[in-house]
Amino acid sequence: MTSVLLVAEIDDQGAISQTTLQAVTAANGLTSAEITAVVAGEATEPVTSLAVGKIVTISAIDDADIGVYDQATTDIAALVSSTKPDIVVFGKSDFGSIVGARLAFRSDSAFASDCIEISNADGTVKITRPVYGGSALAEFEISSTPAIVTLRAGAYEPDGETGSPAVEAFASNERASRTVSVTDTVSEARDGVRLEDANFVVSGGRGLGGPEPFSVLADLAQALDGAVGASRAACDAGWIDHSHQVGLTGKSVSPDVYIAIGISGASQHMAGCSSSRAIVAINKDADSNIFKEARFGVVGDWEKVLPSFLATVRELKA
Amino acid sequence: MTVRIVVLAKQVPDPETPPSQFKIDESTNSVIPANGVPPVVNGFDLNAVEAALRLRDSGADVEITVLSVGSDFVMDAMKKPLAMGADRLVLVDDAGLDKLDASATVKVLAAVIEKDGPFDLILGGRQASDWDQGHVALGLAEVLGLPLVSLVQKLEMDGASVSLQRVIPDGYQMITAPVPSILTITNELGEPRYPNLRGIMQASRKKPEILSLGDIGLTSDDLAPRLELKRLYVPESNRQVELIKGEDEADSGKKLALRLREEKLI
Ligand SMILES: Cc1cc2nc3c(=O)[nH]c(=O)nc-3n(C[C@H](O)[C@H](O)[C@H](O)COP(=O)(O)OP(=O)(O)OC[C@H]3O[C@@H](n4cnc5c(N)ncnc54)[C@H](O)[C@@H]3O)c2cc1C
Ligand SMILES: Nc1ncnc2c1ncn2[C@@H]1O[C@H](COP(=O)(O)O)[C@@H](O)[C@H]1O
Repeated sequence: MTSVLLVAEIDDQGAISQTTLQAVTAANGLTSAEITAVVAGEATEPVTSLAVGKIVTISAIDDADIGVYDQATTDIAALVSSTKPDIVVFGKSDFGSIVGARLAFRSDSAFASDCIEISNADGTVKITRPVYGGSALAEFEISSTPAIVTLRAGAYEPDGETGSPAVEAFASNERASRTVSVTDTVSEARDGVRLEDANFVVSGGRGLGGPEPFSVLADLAQALDGAVGASRAACDAGWIDHSHQVGLTGKSVSPDVYIAIGISGASQHMAGCSSSRAIVAINKDADSNIFKEARFGVVGDWEKVLPSFLATVRELKA
Repeated sequence: MTVRIVVLAKQVPDPETPPSQFKIDESTNSVIPANGVPPVVNGFDLNAVEAALRLRDSGADVEITVLSVGSDFVMDAMKKPLAMGADRLVLVDDAGLDKLDASATVKVLAAVIEKDGPFDLILGGRQASDWDQGHVALGLAEVLGLPLVSLVQKLEMDGASVSLQRVIPDGYQMITAPVPSILTITNELGEPRYPNLRGIMQASRKKPEILSLGDIGLTSDDLAPRLELKRLYVPESNRQVELIKGEDEADSGKKLALRLREEKLI
């Protein structure tokens, strides 16, 4: 029977991360046996309701390890070599991307990242992942073990199931050599809801023409209790901080409504927002790719469209 | 003392290829090169070249080697880092090397680095824009047993170590890493410089150093893939946009808000 190890991640609020809850759904679909979850990091709330058969705790991730994950990789590699799972599943995140890749090369096994689908047919793991910025999909087979995968945010829904797994601690004797040291962390101040959690996101792109219009976007976001996003072009131009970037190499969002203003809809941008319930586009070019992705759209100059849109939203909300 | 830097650079299809020209040959599971759109050096790898050049600008005595594994290299594209100011271009050019997976690519890169090294810094891009993985530099660090810092947006030499800024979702970390280390560079570092005329002239005179698999002691048998590609295709999109048209653009904005309310979206 296929054995699956889920690497659970604790988010910055101390809870099991959303991508982990999504990964539980995927992991449970890979085997009829109970799965084991290794919990990396310190949770502030009990994690014992996770719908898995067993939880193994390691306490590897301290502040000095975040972003480097030397010790986390060492501990998870030790667990993998002692329990020999067939499949190791991570949610895709900074943590999953780094530890997954390092683990795969350390154990000389296969690594598939950012998968949107995973299945298991008699020991052959099949995965689908977007490639070429999302312009194409690739299906791969992995027949060596362990198969190590990360899953794209939003690819699976948390199934809402809970369990009552046994909990045991795992301590590897190996200390990673800490040659890299994290000396400080500088975080952007954020007001309002987190971009990743927002039900409403309004994003601006190169078509905004400069930094000032982002304040109008912020007004709209505020009126709808949402958050402001941006395309990479707008971030690279320095109009807004990169922490607002949505896309393949930015954040993944799946709000109820995603409004793209002056954004052409490049596949790499859409990779971060295509699981939104409704995409709304305001763009002056009717041939722009964004209209192939959007559910509602206005062809026009945002400078003329946006003020009346904002005013009407405010009236509706009043 | 000269700081030896190797920048890992991959030739990829131009990611700005218009979607209408992006086509796949499903019988060979490969991208059909778009007419008149030449390949480019992967964007993040040019950010890595820029990072190395900024170390030189800041006064360090650096030698910059650009290393690429592939086949069917287009010299105009691959010489861009030289035109920007890099010193050497080393190409491992052999049949099938453009189709390697990450584990095989790491084997080839490690073999060249062992032969041509030692290097003080190995810089890679954040990810290659063809397979969008971000595995190779991380794997190379594991295989060579070197310290690794990914997603670097700023780097400064500081004697025997490097001071780095590493991008995280809501800001950055300050990190000190020893030399030698492997770093991956992200676009937050800033735009790669444009080659000037003098750079272009110099690059045109430089000859790439070309290696075959045999030259680095490998055969194609060493390069079996870990991931087997079964199918590559362009997904169909069946979304249908509803365009909102008012009397003028302002009216369209108003009608859009009303329509979203009607759908209970706002
Ligand atoms: C490996 C890789 C990773 C990437 N990752 C990301 C990512 O994570 N996120 C991301 O966003 N991009 C990413 N990109 C970049 C992506 O390919 C595009 O270049 C980028 O998204 C374009 O941004 P844009 O739509 O703002 O700009 P453009 O493509 O320049 O589009 C601007 C749009 O504004 C419209 N416009 C202009 N003026 C007006 C006006 N007055 N009113 C209304 N509309 C107007 C134009 O019609 C046009 O459609 C990545 C690229 C690569 C190669
Ligand atoms: N064939 C290659 N030749 C040289 N460098 C490469 C090659 N493939 C990947 N790299 C380097 O590894 C980084 C990550 O690539 P990837 O893991 O394929 O996304 C790239 O940005 C390059 O710096």
